[in-house]
Amino acid sequence: MPDLLIELFSEEIPARMQARAREDLKKLVTDGLVNAGLTYASAGAFSTPRRLTLTIEGLTAESPTLREERKGPAATAPAAAIEGFLRSTGLTREQLVLRDDKKGQVFFAVIERPGRPAAAIVAEVLEAAIRNFPWPKAMRWGAGSLRWVRPLHSILCLMVTEAGAEVVPLTVEGITAGNTTEGHRFMAPGRFAVTSFDDYRAKLRRAFVMLDAAEREATIWAQAGNLAFAQGLEAVPDAGLLAEVAGLVEWPVVLMGAIGKAFLGLPPEVLQTSMREHQKFFSVKNPATRRIEGFVTVANRETADHGATILHGNQKVLSARLSDARFFWENDLRRVKAEGLEGMAQGLAHVTFHNKLGSQLDRVKRIEALAREIAPMVGAAPDLVAEAARVAKADLQSAMVGEFPELQGIMGRYYAEAAGHNDGVPEACREHYQPLGPSDAVPTAPVSVAVALADKIDTLAGFWAIDEKPTGSKDPFALRRAALGVIRLVLGNGVRVGLRAVAAPALARHGVQDEAETPGGTPGSARPAPQGGRFTPTLGPGAALDESGALADLLAFFHDRLKVFLKDQGIRHDIIDACLAMPGNDDLTLLVKRAEALAAFLKTDDGTNLLQGFKRANNILTQAETKDGVEYSYGADVKFAETEAERVLFAALDAAEGAIAPATQAEDFAAAMGAMAALRAPIDAFFEAVQVNAENPVIRRNRLNLLSRIRATCLGVADLTRIEG
Amino acid sequence: MTRSTPRSFQEIILRLMSYWAEKGCAVLQPYDMEVGAGTFHPATTLRALGNRPWAAAYVQPSRRPTDGRYGENPNRLQHYYQYQVLIKPSPPDLQALYLGSLEAIGIDLALHDIRFVEDDWESPTLGAWGLGWEVWCDGMEVSQFTYFQQVGGHDCRPVAGELTYGLERLAMYVLGIDHVMDMPFNDPEAPIPLKYGDIFRQTEQEYSRWNFDQADTAMLLAHFEDAEAECARILAAPVEDNAGRRIVMAHPAYDQCIKASHLFNLLDARGVISVTERQAYIGRVRALAKACADAFVTTEAGGGSAGSEIAHG
Repeated sequence: MPDLLIELFSEEIPARMQARAREDLKKLVTDGLVNAGLTYASAGAFSTPRRLTLTIEGLTAESPTLREERKGPAATAPAAAIEGFLRSTGLTREQLVLRDDKKGQVFFAVIERPGRPAAAIVAEVLEAAIRNFPWPKAMRWGAGSLRWVRPLHSILCLMVTEAGAEVVPLTVEGITAGNTTEGHRFMAPGRFAVTSFDDYRAKLRRAFVMLDAAEREATIWAQAGNLAFAQGLEAVPDAGLLAEVAGLVEWPVVLMGAIGKAFLGLPPEVLQTSMREHQKFFSVKNPATRRIEGFVTVANRETADHGATILHGNQKVLSARLSDARFFWENDLRRVKAEGLEGMAQGLAHVTFHNKLGSQLDRVKRIEALAREIAPMVGAAPDLVAEAARVAKADLQSAMVGEFPELQGIMGRYYAEAAGHNDGVPEACREHYQPLGPSDAVPTAPVSVAVALADKIDTLAGFWAIDEKPTGSKDPFALRRAALGVIRLVLGNGVRVGLRAVAAPALARHGVQDEAETPGGTPGSARPAPQGGRFTPTLGPGAALDESGALADLLAFFHDRLKVFLKDQGIRHDIIDACLAMPGNDDLTLLVKRAEALAAFLKTDDGTNLLQGFKRANNILTQAETKDGVEYSYGADVKFAETEAERVLFAALDAAEGAIAPATQAEDFAAAMGAMAALRAPIDAFFEAVQVNAENPVIRRNRLNLLSRIRATCLGVADLTRIEG
Repeated sequence: MTRSTPRSFQEIILRLMSYWAEKGCAVLQPYDMEVGAGTFHPATTLRALGNRPWAAAYVQPSRRPTDGRYGENPNRLQHYYQYQVLIKPSPPDLQALYLGSLEAIGIDLALHDIRFVEDDWESPTLGAWGLGWEVWCDGMEVSQFTYFQQVGGHDCRPVAGELTYGLERLAMYVLGIDHVMDMPFNDPEAPIPLKYGDIFRQTEQEYSRWNFDQADTAMLLAHFEDAEAECARILAAPVEDNAGRRIVMAHPAYDQCIKASHLFNLLDARGVISVTERQAYIGRVRALAKACADAFVTTEAGGGSAGSEIAHG
């Protein structure tokens, strides 16, 4: 059984693409071979900055002969039918075989496809893999038209058997496969031939190439740990950086250096961000001082001076970078101390947030007003929240954030502390951006929560007001993330807020130009609007906000995002729909409480049976109402009950109604559902014993009205008509 | 083979000049306008288009107003020099040629750690992109290496290979200088030795102040709009002039695009352009660049009137 060795040798492949690329190469080639009828024992893929390598062991030497038999027309069939069969099989009449069949003699076509040697298949499959390789970004070079991640220089493709190694004949865009490769670009230039995977791997190592990325990672991390340990320090783990760095070197050599004393006063986030983003350095921490005091860099070679020149160079670059960072830090601190963070924030007046939504300062003012309204709902002091809102975006004006946008908020906290803010204001500067993604932490400090909510709701209201909503995959302003952020802030903190009451004034601020202080809606109201109660704006003079569909639409957007969020938590969409139809559906905490109770209820036997009983009652009732053209909604009277089952149901409904209303009022949905569950047996017994459509019209009407009581009672808990199944 | 270490900034430039001249490049002079990078020189932007072979090398003074540090930062300058090489089609040994140029300026490849680190180059203002790397020498970015894929919205066929060297940083490294202003500009033993700071410290201060505090933003905005309008007007002019000559004015139009781009950079340095507005301004400059590229590919140098096929993106 032959082994196969493939190497695609190119100019430097981006580190972040290598892991995926080696898997893609393995899949494309092995799938292709298997589809062509070959089998193999095992396959392994490797990558370095300059090569993708695939080794396949135990490949079958050729594909099996395939024999196919097809039944044709009867011997007595018209000539045209036989001609057609010949055309479809590509055979001549003489090549057909006659066989006895139940109905007499029938033509059979026996088609044999001979097996093909593996090399021919490999050549085809590899060429297709190269031409169709799913690089995230590919390019052309020179005058050619082949696309690869960077210019492809050589192809090594060997079939290895006991008799020796043979090159698989293959040419792609002028590159002819051979049996040679190159070692390290600088430490072992020049090409050499190989005869097997083991030979390849061993010769590469002698040519200063460590083929396996996992081995390079392990080597780097072990060396980094040792170097740091020897100085009483520790390297700060960073798996993403480690994988990236391992993809940048073929022969890793780890060097450690110290951060100049002049820079140790910089915030650790600044040191780490600068070193990681710009230099791909690991941070090295002093466990005694808890400070970042050193760095680890990974070179791609050994040198006669044991890396002294390389380390010196790296140190110099770092000093330049950090003196830049220090310039920003000191300048920013000077400004903050001189003019305060609010002073710094004034510069936001000259920065447009969006050409239809005014400046960043306009935005800050809106957020301040909204955050003040939200403050009591989250248990925060309004003045403190307003203070936090005024300074939360100030760091966007700082030089440091200008250089490192990813430090927004983080710098805000430092600058707020430097400016003398306290009582949760500095933390709010950092946390009000959160949560940034589905797994990002949700702030819990009241001041942070208020500003975070106001920030996101203002953004949503603004883009809704100018009709720049997300469509399909397009969400350039990350509005879905903002809505999810609101949902997670509300649910994570159990905040009781009717979104209508908060979003309405936010929309009003966008509908009423230059009247940011205009009060709108019913700020401070934590209770949901009544069911179906549509927002009627009580805005200041000049309010142009029509109730605008915008509010209803924004609320629907929240509900959509909530469905996605709850689906991930395992709550079915129809359960959410059933609860969305209930009053107070803009109070997300209440809504989720109801949905969780309903989901739990429907998992019980009582729940599923009650649902069936409810649906049966509702169906009979709806049919009768359609037929009779009247609504049976009132007047069921126990005195017309003919059977014990009816009387029991009357009693059960009385009891349930008595329990459900107060439980719902108290938002104890589990209790309400429990009371509803008690209806299951009486409803089942009722349908067992009674014909609803009785001959006597009085009794019939009474029973229909009784069904209507079932419907009304159950609908008081959740809209069960929306539950599927 | 490593040559002796150069002694001055200008010697490094001269060595690069003679290296690339030896390799067959036409050694051009800087473009006479304010640009943000050597790529803006029409010898790169426009000549990367069309199917005519091209090989050029030149120094380009470049201005990045936001990088001004009043001459205090050891590495940052609002005015600096780039060395630019553009070869079309990109030769198969371009990486080796590039490494040869590092040796030519005295970098011993046996002692340093040279790395090609992914850097997808994209110029939203030029509607251009390419794939390549930042070249690192001991952790310092010394060049950008790009295979141009598109310029002004047009596919580059064949592909041009572009090398851009940040001259000050590279030279400081080679010369072992820590602060750019201390770098010898001419030979330190010349009768009148001049350092980089003797030539540029004062101008860095002056321009930093003007860029950050003084530039009249209303006026800059008006200039931006003028340049935009003039570019459109030039391109909208009939192809035949009064004497009946067929002249597409791709280069004069492109000058206006360069102007608009630099004015945008100045406005940006004054901090008057927000994140969202940025996109709009960049889009406006890109529209100009694209229109100029559209015009250039119809000209002889762009392979247009020579009757050759031009691939459109």
